Amino acid sequence: MSDETNGTSSPEQYAIGLSFGNSYSSIAHISQDGKVEVIANEEGDRQIPSILSYVDGEEYHGTQAKAQLVRNAKNTIASFKDYIGKPYKSIDPTPCHYSAHPTESDGKVVFTVQDKEGDATSNVSVSEVTTRHIKKLRASAADFTGKNITSAVVTVPTDTTTEQKAALAKAAKDANVEILQFINEPIAALLAYDSRMPEAVQDRIILVADFGGTRSDAAVVVATGGGLYSILATLHDYELGGSNLDQVLIDHFAKEFEKKNKTDPRKNDRSLAKLKLESEAVKKALSQSAAATCSIESLADGVDFRSTINRTRFQLLSVKVFQRFTRMIEEIVKKAGLDVLNIDEVILSGGTSHVPKIAENIQALFPESVQVFAPATSTAALNPSELSARGAAIQASMIQEFDKEDIEQSTHEMVTVTPHTQYAIGVQVTGDPADAFTVIVPSTTAVPARKTKTINAPEGDVLVVVSEGESDIKVTKPEPKTKTKGATVEDADDEDDDDDDEDEEDEEEEIREKVYKVKKQLAEFQFTGLKKGAKLEVTVNVDSDLGLSITAREAKGKGGVRGALEKPKVTENGSA
Amino acid sequence: MSTTIEHNGVKVVGPPKDFKPTDSSNPNFRAIASLSPGIMRTIEPVGPAFMAYARRKRLGRTFSEDERIQQQQKVKKVEDESDGDISEPEDPLMLARDPKDWRGQDHYAVLGLSKLRHKATDEQIKRAHRKKVLKHHPDKKAAAGEGDNVDSFFKCIQRAHEILTDPVRRRQFDSVDEAADVEPPTKKEVQAKPGNFYKKWRPVFESEGRFSNKQPVPGLGDDKSTKEEVEEFYDFWYNFDSWRTFEYLDEDVPDDNADRDHKRHIERKNNNARRKRKSEDIARLRKLVDDCLAMDERIARFRKAEKASKNKKRVQAEEEAKKAAEAKAKAKEEEEKRKAEEEAKAKVDKEQGKKAKEAAKNAAKKNKRAVRGSVKDVNYFATGEPSAKDIDDCLNDVDKVIASIDVDELAELVQKLEVAGKDGAKVKEVFTIKTAEMVGTSKLKDSDLKYFK
Ligand SMILES: Nc1ncnc2c1ncn2[C@@H]1O[C@H](COP(=O)(O)OP(=O)(O)OP(=O)(O)O)[C@@H](O)[C@H]1O
Ligand SMILES: [Mg+2]
Repeated sequence: MSDETNGTSSPEQYAIGLSFGNSYSSIAHISQDGKVEVIANEEGDRQIPSILSYVDGEEYHGTQAKAQLVRNAKNTIASFKDYIGKPYKSIDPTPCHYSAHPTESDGKVVFTVQDKEGDATSNVSVSEVTTRHIKKLRASAADFTGKNITSAVVTVPTDTTTEQKAALAKAAKDANVEILQFINEPIAALLAYDSRMPEAVQDRIILVADFGGTRSDAAVVVATGGGLYSILATLHDYELGGSNLDQVLIDHFAKEFEKKNKTDPRKNDRSLAKLKLESEAVKKALSQSAAATCSIESLADGVDFRSTINRTRFQLLSVKVFQRFTRMIEEIVKKAGLDVLNIDEVILSGGTSHVPKIAENIQALFPESVQVFAPATSTAALNPSELSARGAAIQASMIQEFDKEDIEQSTHEMVTVTPHTQYAIGVQVTGDPADAFTVIVPSTTAVPARKTKTINAPEGDVLVVVSEGESDIKVTKPEPKTKTKGATVEDADDEDDDDDDEDEEDEEEEIREKVYKVKKQLAEFQFTGLKKGAKLEVTVNVDSDLGLSITAREAKGKGGVRGALEKPKVTENGSA
Repeated sequence: MSTTIEHNGVKVVGPPKDFKPTDSSNPNFRAIASLSPGIMRTIEPVGPAFMAYARRKRLGRTFSEDERIQQQQKVKKVEDESDGDISEPEDPLMLARDPKDWRGQDHYAVLGLSKLRHKATDEQIKRAHRKKVLKHHPDKKAAAGEGDNVDSFFKCIQRAHEILTDPVRRRQFDSVDEAADVEPPTKKEVQAKPGNFYKKWRPVFESEGRFSNKQPVPGLGDDKSTKEEVEEFYDFWYNFDSWRTFEYLDEDVPDDNADRDHKRHIERKNNNARRKRKSEDIARLRKLVDDCLAMDERIARFRKAEKASKNKKRVQAEEEAKKAAEAKAKAKEEEEKRKAEEEAKAKVDKEQGKKAKEAAKNAAKKNKRAVRGSVKDVNYFATGEPSAKDIDDCLNDVDKVIASIDVDELAELVQKLEVAGKDGAKVKEVFTIKTAEMVGTSKLKDSDLKYFK
């Protein structure tokens, strides 16, 4: 993809974007008029359950297969995606508890299914299941676009191993789909947003959280150089997702049913399966409306069940689960070595990001100026369930012209791995307070990089100091409350002090601001006899070995001052 | 480092008078240091900006396998792979635990975190749990044909996870996690070896510090700690703000159907027990701090140092006072001496002045006599015997001159008269010139004179 290639796209070639989750998959392409289009399958689903079911010699897929979880759970294969390319000993069988259980064969993961009643059972490997699933998706895409689908860009969580990718590529190939490139899910989501205005991509730090069905992932990404993305930190929770919320509703409805009918529907597999499907539907409905009804025919003992729940009740029941999502955000900020004030933007991706309260809780962690892109917190939000597929489709349309070898070379570490600056590069001008620091090149910028900024200068003789600056949080304590000594110890005797969280709320809020601390001075420029209202244009050019050339001149003036700094001596701790 | 930026809120100052460029051909630029080294990171190979970047970077080049491998090794990793901190052998007794007795279970040990305990991060707990799930999942055991109770330890794992991932319940468990406690040392242990005080007490406070609402907790310090640091430490611990709670040890409150009085009774009992334990814990900690303080040699040392410094100050003050008194006495003495000298001098001056005056007076008298004598010598300018009137008129004028003349003029007049000698005309001329001069300077009035006109 760095060269013009000899192969031009033949009419039979078409690449799509594919997002393949444990719970749902979606496919997208770029339409004739250049817009991203998420593809609906024959049943009209854009979120296609990643499920296959075998009934009477027939294979069901997607929503139809999902419905089989009630009657035919043993022959219905679900939640298999994370098993691809993994040995049996390192998989978590929990999500498959209500469907066909994974078993071991030669150390590999297989599902034992019976095509037809009376037939012998057979082992289907995860690779085979994946191939079948992709075949179905490919057919839907071909149907929708009228094109012969030959290749795809596939999104994967950031912790996907090389072996997993290889296994996935092989399974796709068996379905006649060549995977052109794997891209990281958070980056796909980011691309889906940034490609709306590709010319105006800002340098910033973005937190992308993907709240899915069975797992949740988060990444802190830095964007520099008009859309070059580098991941600063990632975090995964393999036990947190939409199904935790389903479980909240399952328990709630089951208790209600039990109160009236003295039977716990969770004790019976089929009743539980019905309850699970309906609970997920109720949960989704509660993202849109203030109340939803759970209605199940013959839930248990032949008794029908009908119950309405409002959003407030649901939110109360889910407080604990909601907190886990919020804590994940706090944790990854910490893991990236940052403060919430360093995050410029938040993107919530994955189906569970539809839940309004989750997005609102996260918004509350950040200053109001920080956009949290989710349906509940931003009118500019895209559908969080579609972000991965959209990003993949954009990337697919961009690279489908190139041949495989070329893509491989360009996406290799030789190209992608490059030094990034450690600190921000910025300036201070005569008359500035000592803690003022105008950033010109942000920290963690991929080099080479070139940036220009125009700054105001005072009248007269002026010194421009170029330095490296480190972001810091300035905490201003409010006027201290006079607290009698030992009061806290006495308080502790009080009966209701056990809920310790309250104490913290009492404390007055500190004022926290983002500031820069000068880490190291790099150079100085002198200007003499500047006129009132003068503006200086400073250009910093960091070359690929981190040598620096800096130009400072009066805006619109000629010439100016130019200076160069040698590349750093390669010492690990950076103390020059 | 240049000194051009003043910190502490002071503004960035202007260029110094002697701005020193790196190179005289570029007089307005001064290089100070190179950029800090970069960090190798991966740019995500996605999006239009990357396409342009890759094109620039490759310029049609193809990289060899060797180059690729080398490059891979330099990258800063963002995904964690190692589980080193969360793996430990599983005790068979623990594996056989009854999940119903979850209160008696060591949740950290169940997840393989018995070394980290309260220090385990959320992420470590999650990863540890994951590892255990993969290993002990009942579905896997059932599939492998393992018999009964395939899920009993799994239930222990789930319970541990449930408690340790809920911040409130984790604190409740941490509150009573005896395995994380560190026993305070005895006096004997502390005295056994120098330095033991710090070695033995430090872990105790580090462990107790886990209950602190205020973080970070000040450390015990060492031999070199300042008095302020040590005071801060004890201050902190005597005003300890603890989140430790004891509901984990509650007796089970019976479920729904039990009779309400009994239920309330148990609840009350639990509340009392919690309160009692809490105040016992406060007392325990207070005693612990007392004990530590009693063994802390730094306290005695600071006291001694303080006393010494007080003494030193006192001695110093006394010395200073003495010196001041001495200086004062000396100053006084000198002043007196100076005064005496002055007085003596004044006296001498006065006497000398008197003598001179007298001499001058005598000289003046003599001169006056001489002046008077001069006219007598020339017979009062008369030819023949002077009449009484002649004498009278002449002496009258002479007396007027003498009365108005000053000493120096008088001496001068005498001199001139001596030169004139006994020549009457000359003497008269001398007088006439003198009187004219004196009239000119208004020392005499023309009308006063009768003779010398
Ligand atoms: N409107 C909605 N409101 C609430 N939850 C929703 C909504 N739409 C989808 N979900 C939930 O989102 C989850 C699926 O999310 P997503 O499609 O991102 O999952 P995935 O990536 O396939 O899952 P996994 O995390 O298992 O790999 C499901 O739990 C689903 O119930
Ligand atoms: Mg997902």
